[in-house]
Amino acid sequence: MDISIFNVLGPVMIGPSSSHTAGAAKLSKAARAIVGKPFSRVSFGLHGSFAKTYKGHGTDVALVAGALGLKENDDRLEGAFALAKEAGLAYEFYEIDLENMHENTVVMTFYLEDGTQAEIVGASIGGGEILIRRIDGFDTELRMNSSTLLICQEDKVGIISEISRVLAKHQINIGVMTVNRNSKGGTAYCSIETDSYLTEEVVKALRQVPNIISVRAINIIPEEEV
Amino acid sequence: MQMYNSIEDMLRISEAENKPLYQVILDNEARVSEISEEEIFKRLEKRYQVMEEAASRALTEERKTVGSLITGVTKIQYEYAKKGEGLCGSFLNIVMARALSCSEVNASMGKICAAPTAGACGILPAVLISLEEKEGFSRRKALEGLLVASGIGAVIMKNATVAGAEGGCQAECGVAAAMAAAAAVYLKGGTNEMAADSVAISLMNCMGLVCDPIAGLVQVPCAQRNASQAVNALLSADLALAGMKSPVPPDEVVDAMYRVGKLLPYQLKETALGGIAKTKTGQAIAKEIFGKE
Repeated sequence: MDISIFNVLGPVMIGPSSSHTAGAAKLSKAARAIVGKPFSRVSFGLHGSFAKTYKGHGTDVALVAGALGLKENDDRLEGAFALAKEAGLAYEFYEIDLENMHENTVVMTFYLEDGTQAEIVGASIGGGEILIRRIDGFDTELRMNSSTLLICQEDKVGIISEISRVLAKHQINIGVMTVNRNSKGGTAYCSIETDSYLTEEVVKALRQVPNIISVRAINIIPEEEV
Repeated sequence: MQMYNSIEDMLRISEAENKPLYQVILDNEARVSEISEEEIFKRLEKRYQVMEEAASRALTEERKTVGSLITGVTKIQYEYAKKGEGLCGSFLNIVMARALSCSEVNASMGKICAAPTAGACGILPAVLISLEEKEGFSRRKALEGLLVASGIGAVIMKNATVAGAEGGCQAECGVAAAMAAAAAVYLKGGTNEMAADSVAISLMNCMGLVCDPIAGLVQVPCAQRNASQAVNALLSADLALAGMKSPVPPDEVVDAMYRVGKLLPYQLKETALGGIAKTKTGQAIAKEIFGKE
């Protein structure tokens, strides 16, 4: 038998729905980590089944909870609206029709305190699992189950090999890597999923690589629980 | 160590290696998850505590649910059970109250442990906790029961489905009942064969049960199904303990359940387009809650 009993007995979660509640909280919590800067307002565009049933499954409450940094099994989740008020976080929901996107997709726009905006698109794909599909207009496919590097760089020859060199030097194995650009020779975006913990040292070394605009490391520590 | 992929395999290994059923499941889990037995028991204990909390939380506290479809149903049932005048006796009435509590907690954004799903999260806790209380088992023994239940559940997940969208309610609440029945037989000292028969009997008892939630919410008839399938688990365990044998082996019954699930039209598989959800009143409730049908 290759199925763990804990796939049958679990997850431990806040009800009522693993996809519409637990997955929703996970999505906005992941988006918050990706944005990585203070924000005072967030808007959620709900697509498909999310748009149709969000009130019934507490998807709205869960999304706000995740934006506040709460985990999907946090007891405080149901009180997220009140917590947001206390924290001074404004939020809003609207329905949106996206083409060729998963039924449970949300567009999250973060209004940052520095006056800029960040937009993350992600889907809740079942059983509490998620997929980040777009970051600030760049397509990606991040499961957010392992530590992730997000690098914004000039679209120049040799930059990817330079990034690989730095990672290899720090003994970091690249699990999944996606690279995307908005135009030839313009700005490009690279996301790397890895099994290793991403230290401040690695991030600093990457920032020193010529033509790299920004580097963000999101460390995801595999949990169990006990 | 031998591998299993069916209930029949599990029983054969248990006999060949002269190990209790829970130990066969434990051995397999240690291999699959690459963790120690001690760690597995810790994780089981943690889940059991979540189950206990969910099974008691709504007994005395009404919980706010969307549309209030099941708000307070647990408290009413618990008051009735405590009077001890119920037709099914106070034990079964308490079992039903605990199952309802988990459903009410789940629907009101409380913490639950899916078993095997969130919609069916009340059946296993209601049966295990009530038996632990009634028969005075040690916690270790209750966790062994939890192992038996989840081992059976894993086999059904592999060979059939536990998703309402794929197999209807029989795959969610029905499988939960089968898991709980096997645990109940084990806890009461029945044989492996009796546990396997109780799995077959409980699944036969709810073959074809559809998933038809009003307004798509995990409330009605989900809460009622949690209560009734918890009772199904116990009566199936009793039938098996009494000596009833299922003429059809449990693995074949699991397969039949899966095939029936495939045959069910999509309207009866978690889409709220059939059954109780599609009744005049069911639709009116949905309209009231969402302002559209």
